[in-house]
Amino acid sequence: MAENDAPATTLKRTPLYEAHKALGARLVEFGGWEMPVQYSGILEEHRAVRERAGLFDVSHMGEFRVEGAGALAFLQSLVPNDVSRLVDNQALYSQICRPDGGTLDDLLIYRRGEGRYMVVVNAGTMPKDWRWFSQHAAGHDDLTLANISDETALLALQGPLATHILQPLTDTPLSEIAYYHFRPGVVAGIECLISRTGYTGEDGFELYCAPASAVTLWNMLLEAGKSSGLLPAGLGARDTLRLEAGYCLYDHELTEEITPLEAGLGWSVKLNKDADFIGKQALVEEKANGLRRKLVGIELRERGVPRAGYAISKDGEHIGAVTSGTMCPTLGRAAAMGYVPPASAQIGTEISVDIRGKLMPAVIVPLPFYKRAK
Amino acid sequence: MTASEQPDNLKYAETHEWVRVEGDEATIGISDFAQDELGDVVYLDLPWDEAGTREIRTGEHFGDIESVKATSELFAPIGGTILRANKALRDSAELVNSDPYGQGWMLVIKMSNPADLDKLMDAVAYTRFLDTASH
Repeated sequence: MAENDAPATTLKRTPLYEAHKALGARLVEFGGWEMPVQYSGILEEHRAVRERAGLFDVSHMGEFRVEGAGALAFLQSLVPNDVSRLVDNQALYSQICRPDGGTLDDLLIYRRGEGRYMVVVNAGTMPKDWRWFSQHAAGHDDLTLANISDETALLALQGPLATHILQPLTDTPLSEIAYYHFRPGVVAGIECLISRTGYTGEDGFELYCAPASAVTLWNMLLEAGKSSGLLPAGLGARDTLRLEAGYCLYDHELTEEITPLEAGLGWSVKLNKDADFIGKQALVEEKANGLRRKLVGIELRERGVPRAGYAISKDGEHIGAVTSGTMCPTLGRAAAMGYVPPASAQIGTEISVDIRGKLMPAVIVPLPFYKRAK
Repeated sequence: MTASEQPDNLKYAETHEWVRVEGDEATIGISDFAQDELGDVVYLDLPWDEAGTREIRTGEHFGDIESVKATSELFAPIGGTILRANKALRDSAELVNSDPYGQGWMLVIKMSNPADLDKLMDAVAYTRFLDTASH
């Protein structure tokens, strides 16, 4: 069997590193961090999230505070979504783009109050994003930026039993927090932002707290969830869950060469909002002239797993590539996402995927692969 | 994490395949260490229908093993003619995880050069190899 080499540089660790080791986690490098890829196994953790609940340490994500009278205008100039639509205690999903429309990262923006925002970015891109935010802050008055990534821990409790597990630990009535809304609260005696957001396609909460409280919060949640079958879940299951749900992962479905429109994220791009933003002109033009590529769902017609980077061809011509692929536990078969030209993107289009030298027949299918029952 | 097992009666390759020799036949699979490293095995790509016809050389890439996260290549620890492939693994790839030395066997071959077995490690040497390779 071929083996991967261990990473050479020092990796960052979240406050939960020792807790992960104590739980027998297998740790891997991700975005410059040493993170748990699995505890009991990816399939088991994935199923736990779909059927009961799973608890993820996502403290490696980056967070910025963006505050001041000029904060809204500043954010509006950086992201394609319309930040002015946010009310207090609401969040939205967007991206930061280059002038040519290519995606630098995807992110969430939380409105804590007027002139008070928190931006949550991906772990590996946090340094790049911070430089981007800092550079572009230069032209703006009444604006303070702070990189609070090192002061912020983040746990994600996801699954149909998430509310049932979390409610006994907090006075905050969770049923009052709608999807993509949040509240400051206290969970198991620990101050948190309780956010009804997630990356799994299930109901659930993301809890932002101080790093010094993370281990206690983690242990209290695991204890509280024991009788409900809550399992700690790692990045492996996080990936299979988000792929089934059709969510993009930066560096796969989104890169600096790919626009949000090509990734099917047009719903989060508000070209008509009352503010210019970096990349707007390029996106306006792409929308008018036609997308260069489209993100599609792919299923093989035979056994096999399409993986990131595998070539897609049609009628003997190389037309695109897989961006993510895996065995999807809830589907019971392998599924993938990838890019093809719009002319080949219709549901039902027959394509081939090059799996290590063999051309395997495949078909374009709708995204997402999985949608939870309402 | 529990320590992996390396049965005494087998020989092992650095690429984590094992060999059980019975006369001039060799049964091949992957070690407990390897299945644990892979995680949940979901598919195997083996020469299912090439029994009696396919010759593989020592060290040849004879198949692929798919876990949820990644694909890994399988290398023949010993060469010869393929006699049988374990077709149970087509529908129950998880046997590689649950029983890597038993029901998780992959191929039986008729060895063409048994002397190549000398290049493999015994259980003691393989265990030492695993200890030095891990952090």
